[in-house]
Amino acid sequence: MADLEARKVIELGYGGNERLVMNMGPQHPSAHGVFRMILTLEGETIVAMDSVIGYLHRCHEKLGETLTYAQYPSIASKTDYVAAMTSELAYVLAAEKIGKIEVPKRAQYLRVLVGELQRIASHCLWLGTWCLDMGGALGGGATVFLYCFREREMVLDLFEALTGARLLYGFHQVGGTRYDLPEGWAKHCRETVDHIDRRIDEYESMLEANTPFLVRSQGVGVISRELAQEVGVAGPLLRGSDVDFDARRDDPYSSYPDFDFKIPVEAAGDCYARYRVRMQEFRESIKIVRQVLDGLPAGPISSRPGLKSVGQVRIPKGEAYARVEGPRGEVGCYLIADGGPKPYRMKWRGASFSNLSILPHIVPGHKVADVVAIMGSVDPVFGEVDR
Amino acid sequence: MIRHVITAFVLLNAIVLIVTYLTYVERKFAARMQSRIGPYRVGRPHGWLQPIADALKLLIKEDIVPALADRPVYNLAPIVFLIPSFLIFATVPFAPGLGLADLNIGLLFFLAVSSLEIVGLFMGGWGSNNKYALLSAMRAVNQIISYEVPFVLTALIPVLLAGSLKLSLIVEAQRGLWFVAYPVIGQLAFVMFLLATIASENRVPFDILEAESELVAGFRVEYSGMKFALIQLAEYTHMFGVSCLGALLFLGGWLGPGLPGPVWFLLKALFIFLLVTWVRWSFVRIRVDQILGLSWKVLLPATLALLMATGFWVALRSGHVA
Repeated sequence: MADLEARKVIELGYGGNERLVMNMGPQHPSAHGVFRMILTLEGETIVAMDSVIGYLHRCHEKLGETLTYAQYPSIASKTDYVAAMTSELAYVLAAEKIGKIEVPKRAQYLRVLVGELQRIASHCLWLGTWCLDMGGALGGGATVFLYCFREREMVLDLFEALTGARLLYGFHQVGGTRYDLPEGWAKHCRETVDHIDRRIDEYESMLEANTPFLVRSQGVGVISRELAQEVGVAGPLLRGSDVDFDARRDDPYSSYPDFDFKIPVEAAGDCYARYRVRMQEFRESIKIVRQVLDGLPAGPISSRPGLKSVGQVRIPKGEAYARVEGPRGEVGCYLIADGGPKPYRMKWRGASFSNLSILPHIVPGHKVADVVAIMGSVDPVFGEVDR
Repeated sequence: MIRHVITAFVLLNAIVLIVTYLTYVERKFAARMQSRIGPYRVGRPHGWLQPIADALKLLIKEDIVPALADRPVYNLAPIVFLIPSFLIFATVPFAPGLGLADLNIGLLFFLAVSSLEIVGLFMGGWGSNNKYALLSAMRAVNQIISYEVPFVLTALIPVLLAGSLKLSLIVEAQRGLWFVAYPVIGQLAFVMFLLATIASENRVPFDILEAESELVAGFRVEYSGMKFALIQLAEYTHMFGVSCLGALLFLGGWLGPGLPGPVWFLLKALFIFLLVTWVRWSFVRIRVDQILGLSWKVLLPATLALLMATGFWVALRSGHVA
């Protein structure tokens, strides 16, 4: 039903004589990658919006059929390149589900650790770019952006020490993880999250007493609870619309039940509610990281022997869907294995894709300036949308 | 006659130089706020040649005119935009007797000429034949016209207090006490003046004309090379001009102990410029309807009320009210 309604608004038409059709993107400062919005305007008000995606399509799902279980995790990280750890984990979990492969406790804890650090890094990027959208590269937005990047760099330093890479890691592998913590890393990690914890207080005091920020985000882009569930948005968008769902708690994986954390939920459904959800998630992630470091068990990091060739991992016939709660919401991977070293078929469920499909429902009726604020609060990554 | 031409020539060049280096000051200041270093490589120490390098780069860039642009309007716009920005300095007294023309209606001239910039701005937005530029021009007319009114009204408060429109007399009237130090009236008027300044300068949080995250660069999206440089120069010159006005109206112009008058004056103008810059780099942009609402619903009634209060106070002080 919601779909039909969106269609109706769009059919208001690209034809009226008082209307202006304006293209935003695919090359645009606030396109967050390559996204094209076709806006129909009456003055400053948007009466219809159509979106065009696909500029970043790289045949990820076909690639998944031609690469082996040992090779693909490093490629999986290129779907959502801002939160690379998440998609790797989804792929690996699906393969382990079919093969019924046990994962040692230490590896499970490490997976949680990098997953939560990745959430912190990704939310830093979100906060920076969102403020950049609202405040501009020549204003206060740029200030927030640079602060956030300063903190994100610290997390990336941790990842670099762990895996040797700063953006695309290849950390997970079927049966466990590829790397163990280097010496002194845990201490460094603790210092970093303590530091970020203090900085998050700074961001909050900077933004939440800032009237322009509040008037730009409160009451803008409201997603009702019903609409959120009908369109199938995920992650902070869903929880910002009063739906209490998080795959980490409701469909646990990687020994998440061992840790004590809250799932933040806000009722308002506007950009500010989504901001509040993500700010609280920062804190919860930091809490989880500390718990992991406290309780990290000793032992092997993989249940499988070290790899000697790329075709060594074979998964028996079967199919499975595994989901992971990424920074942007539920990232799912559906695998069909035929007993060989490569899957027969794979399918991604990207959180950004389903989140982006909310735009035509909520954008009409807003001003042009709100489009970028809403777009930023949705936080899409186009590697994951177009795959 | 010759003397005036020479003064004008010197003044023009001095202003261009000052304004060029204001961009450098702003970049360093913003960098400091954002925990960066800012320009560093071009010229030692601290990249002091950067503004010159920027100007040279823009000079040698290719000039692109969109195929469907309205050529005369498009080409003329940067010049129409630039001239009023420089003209406003004609009446600015940098020190007693140091200025081009200290008119009796100096303030009125300043305000009238400075609001002419909207013409150039709209020509640029219209002539580019670009949808972003068109939207930006539309916003510009909305915003600048809305904010000229409170801007003029706040500028009238010092006029009431000094009893003259002549800028040098307004400064002399502050010999005892700067107008910003007047209890309540002075501070309120100064804050409102700053708000209206930021809005008529199109700086964040009121920079909806430029709005690079939505409208890319607004009315100047199609300009490149020297025309772009002219627009930038005009914008910063105007900003410096209004900072000078603020220094004259509220901060006592060239008055101050120790240092020579012009130095005091420039320091005060720089202070206002940095205040505006500080605001710019700490807020996000607000929306067009919110900006207009703020102007008509809050700022205009408040400035009117303050103007009336000032009037009563002046009348009381001079004993005209029985």
